Amino acid sequence: MSAFRFSHQPIDTVPLRAELLDTRCGGYAAFEGWVRDHNEGQQVRRLEYEAFEALGVREGEKIIAEACSRYGVTRALCVHRLGDLPLTDIAVWVGVSAAHRDEAFRACRYIIDEVKHRVPIWKKEHYASGDSGWVNCERCAAQAHDHDHDHGHAHHDHG
Amino acid sequence: MTTPLYGLVLAGGHSRRMGRDKAGIALDGRTQLERAFSLVEHLVESAFVSVRHDQRNDPLRARYPQILDAGDVEGPIAGIRAAQREHPAAAWLVVAVDLPLLDTGTLQNLIARRDPSRLATAYRSSHDGLPEPLCAIYEPAAAPAIEAYLATGRNCPRQFLIQSATLLLDQPTPQSLDNVNTPAELAALAAPRNGAGVAPRELRVQYFALLREQAGTRGESVMTRATTPRELFAELAARHHFTLAAEHLKVAVNTEFADWARPLAAGDTVVFIPPVAGG
Repeated sequence: MSAFRFSHQPIDTVPLRAELLDTRCGGYAAFEGWVRDHNEGQQVRRLEYEAFEALGVREGEKIIAEACSRYGVTRALCVHRLGDLPLTDIAVWVGVSAAHRDEAFRACRYIIDEVKHRVPIWKKEHYASGDSGWVNCERCAAQAHDHDHDHGHAHHDHG
Repeated sequence: MTTPLYGLVLAGGHSRRMGRDKAGIALDGRTQLERAFSLVEHLVESAFVSVRHDQRNDPLRARYPQILDAGDVEGPIAGIRAAQREHPAAAWLVVAVDLPLLDTGTLQNLIARRDPSRLATAYRSSHDGLPEPLCAIYEPAAAPAIEAYLATGRNCPRQFLIQSATLLLDQPTPQSLDNVNTPAELAALAAPRNGAGVAPRELRVQYFALLREQAGTRGESVMTRATTPRELFAELAARHHFTLAAEHLKVAVNTEFADWARPLAAGDTVVFIPPVAGG
């Protein structure tokens, strides 16, 4: 199985964690990204994710390989959810096992940060007001000349 | 003794109708001056660029051997006369800088069929049948004739050729001497080049997120002359009224991130990637 996967079903973390068990490892770090009820002052009711899966898997695998070689971790996995997600669902899960905790924490952080910026995944927020919007896209479309570099344009920074 | 053939690229014009220096206009990545000079220099013993006195330090022109106009006559005939005065024993292959469709074959044909016993050899215009004076060979004997013609107060090189028993040839490629004097003519020339010689091909396009919603489909096949993702996006953005600009997007071709200038081939699958938001 690929070290980077998409899931159209709710993510079950128990078997994922089991895939990382290794007698050489003394540390395991995991990160779960959840669907929360607000973003940038708006009340969020649910999220919708879609991905360019073929390219996304390749880019995701590249990120995990980078994390393994950079931090010397033993095993790493990332799963990203697609489709309609209610509040509190897991949107993304990252797990890393390593000989020691420090590299496990750092590799875990690297993977989630890079995935957010590089993997072709898109998130649509559905608001309490009935409106909806593609995160990072609507702002680009509306404010072509006024980029907010803290949000969303990170994918212009690489590649 | 044989007459040496020298080359002269006329780059001393004012480009008034173009509104900017025609010699410096780049088409296909080279300026018109670079292009004209390299066409000519391969066919002659020595090649020069004809410039006005105030253009001689212009960086575009300064890298070439120059022949300066004397300054007492206006127009392209001033450059021809200056060259003849500087090298009176030479015949001159004279070419204007603003002939973007000129090709080597047209010049080779002119040289091959030249008649040195005439004052000049030139092409017959494919538009009006009259001599084209700015892609022509002027023999050494034309020098005193041009001086005499200028002494009458006229300076039209075409009129000079008409009255000088010039050998007139048919153009092997009818459009090869079309020149470009105005921004509109330049645009007309540049526009078909984007797809010049490219038959429409079928490409596959997939859409995601905001682009999917605006296109109203997850994907489509398009018949297009677009040669790069950049051209293809411009075409599709006009069709689907995309609100994202190309600068906000990345592009993938056949499941690889790609450059916007990458050449596209029939059957390629192109994906325009809006700003991502995983996690």
